[in-house]
Amino acid sequence: MASKDQVIEIIHKVAAAIEREAQFLTDLDNAIGDGDHGINLSRGFKKVEEELPVVADKDIGAILKKVGMTLVSTVGGASGPLYGTAFMKAGDAVKDHVSISADDFIAVLEAAIGGVQLRGKAEKGEKTMLDAMLPALDAMKAAGTADAKAMLDAGVKAAKEGVEYTKTIIATKGRASYLGERSIGHQDPGATSFTVMLETIAEAI
Amino acid sequence: MKKIINAVDQVEEQMVEGLCKAFPQYLKRVGDTHVVQRANKKEGKVALISGGGSGHEPAHGGYVGEGMLDAGVAGAVFTSPTPDQIFEGIKAIQTDKGVLMVIKNYTGDVMNFEMAADMARDEGIEVDQVVVGDDVAVDGSLYTVGRRGVAGTVFVHKIAGAKAEEGASLADVKAVAQKVCDNVRSMSMAISPCTVPASGKPGFELAEDEMEIGIGIHGEPGTHREKLQEADQIVDQLMTKILADLDFTGSEVAVMINGCGATPLMELFVVNNHVADVLKEKNVTVYKTFVGEYMTSLEMEGFSISLLKLDDELKKLLDAKADTPGFKVV
Repeated sequence: MASKDQVIEIIHKVAAAIEREAQFLTDLDNAIGDGDHGINLSRGFKKVEEELPVVADKDIGAILKKVGMTLVSTVGGASGPLYGTAFMKAGDAVKDHVSISADDFIAVLEAAIGGVQLRGKAEKGEKTMLDAMLPALDAMKAAGTADAKAMLDAGVKAAKEGVEYTKTIIATKGRASYLGERSIGHQDPGATSFTVMLETIAEAI
Repeated sequence: MKKIINAVDQVEEQMVEGLCKAFPQYLKRVGDTHVVQRANKKEGKVALISGGGSGHEPAHGGYVGEGMLDAGVAGAVFTSPTPDQIFEGIKAIQTDKGVLMVIKNYTGDVMNFEMAADMARDEGIEVDQVVVGDDVAVDGSLYTVGRRGVAGTVFVHKIAGAKAEEGASLADVKAVAQKVCDNVRSMSMAISPCTVPASGKPGFELAEDEMEIGIGIHGEPGTHREKLQEADQIVDQLMTKILADLDFTGSEVAVMINGCGATPLMELFVVNNHVADVLKEKNVTVYKTFVGEYMTSLEMEGFSISLLKLDDELKKLLDAKADTPGFKVV
């Protein structure tokens, strides 16, 4: 599916996408959270871009781990530990790899989701990034790994539906939980940022 | 956005540096981090660390000093500090009696502090924690992440800090910190919003004649929005909710009237005037009152009321000496 160089290229594209969508993500967060999601992720991925050359000669596992550690130490808030842990666990799933297959990508996403659940103690249906991540994983498994592009497209479609679904439910995790029913009608910023990342990956393959 | 800053991405750095330059007798920076610790580290006591996003000054660096915290960690504005920064703070202040983290109950804060504690334990440092959730405006039910930690946290710093200064064990310091958490209740309101520098836009909007009741310390929405009322009516509304949440009848309390950053002291005293009257009427005795800016929200205009129910132990610890830039008991 992707060589190591392509993975590095994709991380740069993800960083650019987060930068591009930062204001939108922040606006979403302003509505139901504390209005810093885009700002914080953007600060983290800028640092990731600085750090990437340092690990360019390492394997994909080490690169993803570095991305995770960089996010943990620069993003803050809830999204720092969540995305940071996700990338670190993803790195563990492809330790020593110099390329990743579609099957590897499923393993990466599964590990990332495991990291988010470990750190955030959330489940499906709580209006969090998991509401995009879990359907995306299911859809990609269902699509099969024979055609990586088709698999990723199925994941993106499901993630987008997941984002739409977050508009219909009450938040029970994070700061949005204090709003109760007033959180209905708003899409979850974390589910949205994950979808932006997955879509960027899908476009690059 | 109109602010007295140099560059958006330098605000936290220059705030921490300026704070240390203002109070060199109390504070020093830990390396190049945004952690401040006591200028003279005290051994043989439980070390207390707290922190949160910047924008709440004097919290938390301003409460570092004798009788209160050993370190305060400043994250980006309104954003929890990162685990590596908290970990550097823990390493700098650790003693053989252990470290207690005082965390305000926000998802990000809890996650980042717990990750830092994991890192510290890996190095053999004993770390425990209390999580403060004193805000009665939000529901602490199963369907939320629990109540938010707001200005009542300063009472935790004061009282746990006094206990630690006595040389008490980690378990005893934690127990008294938890006692404060169990007996403190707060609620806030605002009449104008605040703007996070990196965002450039106010976190929310209020019409000229509106107020937000139950607002959080990052400008998060509260319980509801309504037409602005007179100060006494606003106080009645907040006090009704606070007094309904914990039975203060017949007890002695510490009162904190906290300005959110842009509220004239004059108005805070107007607020306190009626708070005192309400307490008297409800047969609650005011033991000590604090009026001022303790847990701000940038330039938000509004206030919070915190009530701490006291017993003999808490009274003694509240009266113990505290000498920090932001809080003094002499």
